[in-house]
Amino acid sequence: MDREKEGRGGVGVLERVREETEHLRMRLKEEFEGLKQDLKEPQRTQLWRSIFRVPHERTTPRNRTLAVLANVFLHLHPARINRDAVRYSYTWGMGGISFYLFIVLTFTGVLLMFYYHPTKVQAFRDILYLEHDVPFGRLLRNMHRWAAHLMVITVWLHMFRVVLTGSYKRPREFNWCVGVILLVLTLLLSFTGYLLPDDQLGFWAVTVGTNMARATPLIGHEGPFGPQLGMTPYNDVRFALLGGSIVDSNALLRAYIWHCIALPLLAAIFMGVHFWRVRKDGGISGPAPVMLESEMKPVRKV
Amino acid sequence: MDWYQLWQIISAPDNVPIVGLLVIVPFYTWYGLRQARANDRLIQELEANPELAKTHHRKTFPYRPGWPTEVHVWPYLLRIEFLAAIIVTALLMVWSLTLDAPLEEPANPNLTPNPSKAPWYFVGLQEMLVYFDPWFAGVVLPTLIIIGLMAFPYVDANPLGNGYYTWRQRTVAIGSFLIGFYLWIALIIVGTLMRGPGWMLFWPGQTWDHTRLVYEVNRNLPDIFGITSDWGKGIFGFFAVVLFYLAAGFGIHKLVTRSPLNRKIYERTSLLQYLVFQFFAITILVGLPAKILLRLLFRIKYVWITPWFNI
Repeated sequence: MDREKEGRGGVGVLERVREETEHLRMRLKEEFEGLKQDLKEPQRTQLWRSIFRVPHERTTPRNRTLAVLANVFLHLHPARINRDAVRYSYTWGMGGISFYLFIVLTFTGVLLMFYYHPTKVQAFRDILYLEHDVPFGRLLRNMHRWAAHLMVITVWLHMFRVVLTGSYKRPREFNWCVGVILLVLTLLLSFTGYLLPDDQLGFWAVTVGTNMARATPLIGHEGPFGPQLGMTPYNDVRFALLGGSIVDSNALLRAYIWHCIALPLLAAIFMGVHFWRVRKDGGISGPAPVMLESEMKPVRKV
Repeated sequence: MDWYQLWQIISAPDNVPIVGLLVIVPFYTWYGLRQARANDRLIQELEANPELAKTHHRKTFPYRPGWPTEVHVWPYLLRIEFLAAIIVTALLMVWSLTLDAPLEEPANPNLTPNPSKAPWYFVGLQEMLVYFDPWFAGVVLPTLIIIGLMAFPYVDANPLGNGYYTWRQRTVAIGSFLIGFYLWIALIIVGTLMRGPGWMLFWPGQTWDHTRLVYEVNRNLPDIFGITSDWGKGIFGFFAVVLFYLAAGFGIHKLVTRSPLNRKIYERTSLLQYLVFQFFAITILVGLPAKILLRLLFRIKYVWITPWFNI
C-alpha cells in the first residue's frame, strides 16, 4: 500500500515536473514572442502609452491634431494653421528663433552658474578657469555670449517684421506692448551679463552705462531737479542700481542676481503672456488676404 | 587708409554683430519690401477690376478653389521649427568654435580705456551723448523710444495692411518706423566704427590719433543772437523749441496728408492719436537728426539754456 503510493507518487512527481516544465517552456516562448512584438511595435506597450497618451502610428487628421494638443510642450501651437503661414518669407522665423535662443541661453547659463562666483575675488578667475580648465568651458562661454548677441538681433528683426506686416494692429496692440517689454528685458539681460566676467570691457561698459543714471531727472544727483530734491551720489537711482557709489562688489552681485534670477523670470512670464496672446488674438496674423482701399469701412463711432 | 586698424575694429569679436547688421538689415528690408511690392501690384490690379476682386483669393501665393486653406501643425510647422532649431544650433556651434568671446584684463577702476564704449546695442545712446546732455540722451530719450514704440499701434488708425506686406497702403507707419530703426542702427555704426579716442570722429580707416585736438568752439544758439542774460536765454530757448515743434509739426502734417489715402487715414485719426503721433515724430524722428545737423554743420551745442537743464 505504502509502496504503491510511493511508486505512483514517484511517477506522479516526475510527470508533474515534466508537465510544469512544458508549461513553463510554452509560457516563456509566449513571453519572448510578446517581447519581440513590443520591440517591433513599442507604441503598443503600456510604458509607451502611459507617456504618449495619443497614438502616433497612424497619421489620421485626428491623431495629428491630438499630437499637438495633448503634448505639454507643443500645446501652445494650434492644431492647424493658415496654409501660407508656414512660409519662411512671411514670418522670417525670428520670433521662434528668439525663443529658441532664450532656451539655449538658459541652458548654457545654468551650466555657467556651476563655475561662477559673483565676488570680486573669484569672478575673473572663474572665467579664466572656465576658459582654460573646464572641459568645453570656453565653448560654453562662447555659445552663451554669441547666442545673447544673436538674440538681440533676432528680437529687432522680429519687431521689424511685425511692423512691415502690420501685425500689431487690432486685436494685437497689447501683445505688441508685451513684445516691447520683452525687447527691453532682452537688452537688460544682455547688459547685466556684460559686467559678470569682471574684466575691463564689462567694467567700463557698465560704468559708462550706469553713469547715465546719474543724470536721471528728479532721481539722479546730476539730473535736472535732482540736487534740488536732495539727491547725492549716495542716495540716488544710480546708487540703487549699483548698491554703492562705484561699480564694485555690490554691483557685481546685483548684476548677477538680476541677470540669473530676476530678469529671466520676468522674461519668462512675459513670454508666456506673449505666446498666450498670440493664440488668443487669433493666431499668427497672416499672410492675410489683402484688403482694398475701396473696402475701408466708415469710421466706427464708439 | 589704415586698413589694419579698420580690420581690428570690425574683427573685434563683440563687433561681429554690427558687421552682421550691415548685411542682415538691408537684406531683410529688401526681402520684406519685395513682398510688399508684389502685394501692392496685386492690390492695384484688384482695385482696377472689382469683378476679379470678388473672386480672387487675394494673395500672391498660388491657390486653387478646393485646396485646403489650413495645414496641420504636425508635421508642417513643427518640422520647420525643429529644422530652424538645428540650423541655429549649428550656426552657434560654428560661431563659438571659430570665435572666442572677448576677455580683457581684470577690471581696473584706475585704468580708463580710451575710448570706453558701451555694449554695442547701447552704443547708439552713447553716440547721442555728443548731441545731448546725459539726462536726455541716456534717460529721457530711451524712455521716449520705449513709450513711443508702445504707443505705435494705438496711434496708427489705418485699418489697411493688417497681416500682409504692403508699402503703398501704409507709407506713414512704415516710413516712420524705418526712419527710427535706421537712425538707431546708423548711430550704432557711427559709434562703433567712427568714434576714436576722446569720442572724436574718425572716418573708417583713419588712424586713431590719441594726441589729436579738435579746435572747435561750440556755440549756443542764444549766443549767436547776442542774448546774454539768463532770463533771456531761457525765454529765447523756450520759444526756439516751441517754434521748432510748430514748424516740424506743420511739415509732418503736410507730409502725412499728401496722398488721398493718407488724407482718408488722417480723417479716421482722433485728435489725441494725432497729437501723440506728432509728439513722437517731431521729438525722435525729426528733432534728433535736426540737433545732430545743428551740431555738425553749425557747431551749436545748446538751443535752450536754463539754470536746471540744457537742450
